[in-house]
Amino acid sequence: MHSSKEYVCVMQLHRPVSEERLREVLSEFTGRIYQRPPVRSSVKRSLRVKVVHEIELLEYTGRYALLRIASEAGTYMRKLCWDVGLVLGVGAHMRELRRTRTGPFTEDRGLVRLQDVAEALYRFREEGKDDLLRKVVLPGEFSICHLPKVVVRDTAVESLIHGAPLAVPGIVMLHEGIKPGDTVAVLTLKGELVALATAEMSSEQVISERRGIAFRLRRVVMEPGLYPRTWKRREQKA
Amino acid sequence: MEERDVTKEGMSFIREIDEFCGYNRRWLVKLEGEPTDPRYGWLPRERPIGKYIEYGVINLDKPPGPTSHEVVAWVKRMFGVQRAGHGGTLEPHTP
Repeated sequence: MHSSKEYVCVMQLHRPVSEERLREVLSEFTGRIYQRPPVRSSVKRSLRVKVVHEIELLEYTGRYALLRIASEAGTYMRKLCWDVGLVLGVGAHMRELRRTRTGPFTEDRGLVRLQDVAEALYRFREEGKDDLLRKVVLPGEFSICHLPKVVVRDTAVESLIHGAPLAVPGIVMLHEGIKPGDTVAVLTLKGELVALATAEMSSEQVISERRGIAFRLRRVVMEPGLYPRTWKRREQKA
Repeated sequence: MEERDVTKEGMSFIREIDEFCGYNRRWLVKLEGEPTDPRYGWLPRERPIGKYIEYGVINLDKPPGPTSHEVVAWVKRMFGVQRAGHGGTLEPHTP
């Protein structure tokens, strides 16, 4: 799953323009834009449409502009700055870039450096204490925090892992606002991520119906065997 | 003797996940009071360390210089795991 990103970048203008003009052009680059990946990239260089959710001009000195940009995954900031320069008519390029958000992960939440990882591992291996390790590594469940969630009963878990769709009777609770076609995260009552799924019913339907397929699993994450099987194995004929 | 309420702790964790990214949609409850059996599975924070790492995620501030691919290779070696991924590369030669 490719999540949206946020960046802060410094754009250098080759000649100064008025702040008003800069803001005007920046607003033209919000919404859907065309982009072709640069020569130095690992993706196919076809012309693509990308969505820029937001551009905020944080500071402007006439020469440098500090921008905060929120965009779809796969949007090139360097190309965006270059193209802004073209439209302004004076030329521009990106000088500095920092990604400040990837999906749900921001700079102020659990950001660690390689040194922190190394120290946490050392403490675990040499001293037998996993406390730092459990601070540095987060449960993977945090990476789906931006999805609507559906909680299932213990008795439904193992059959889901073995490929069964998620039917209404297995559902304990879910977020409001889910519509057919939405991607959701399926969790156990303990909060463990079981799978990612696509909605066949809306939240309201799930609540009002007594039976029926509510979600189809797209990607199972949990391993089998943690929760008990609650269906009979096929009898072997003697 | 103190009995832990694993179901309650599970609910707290689920709410914590929502809070992590400010997800504030309301919950609709169909089966009020449905319990979870502490004998099966784990509260994610209490997974044995091997599984905790296997299903874990690191929000890493990548140093400038090495590529994301290189950093992932280092992290895999440090942890002794076979598979690890990253959430997207940044443009090269960004100072």
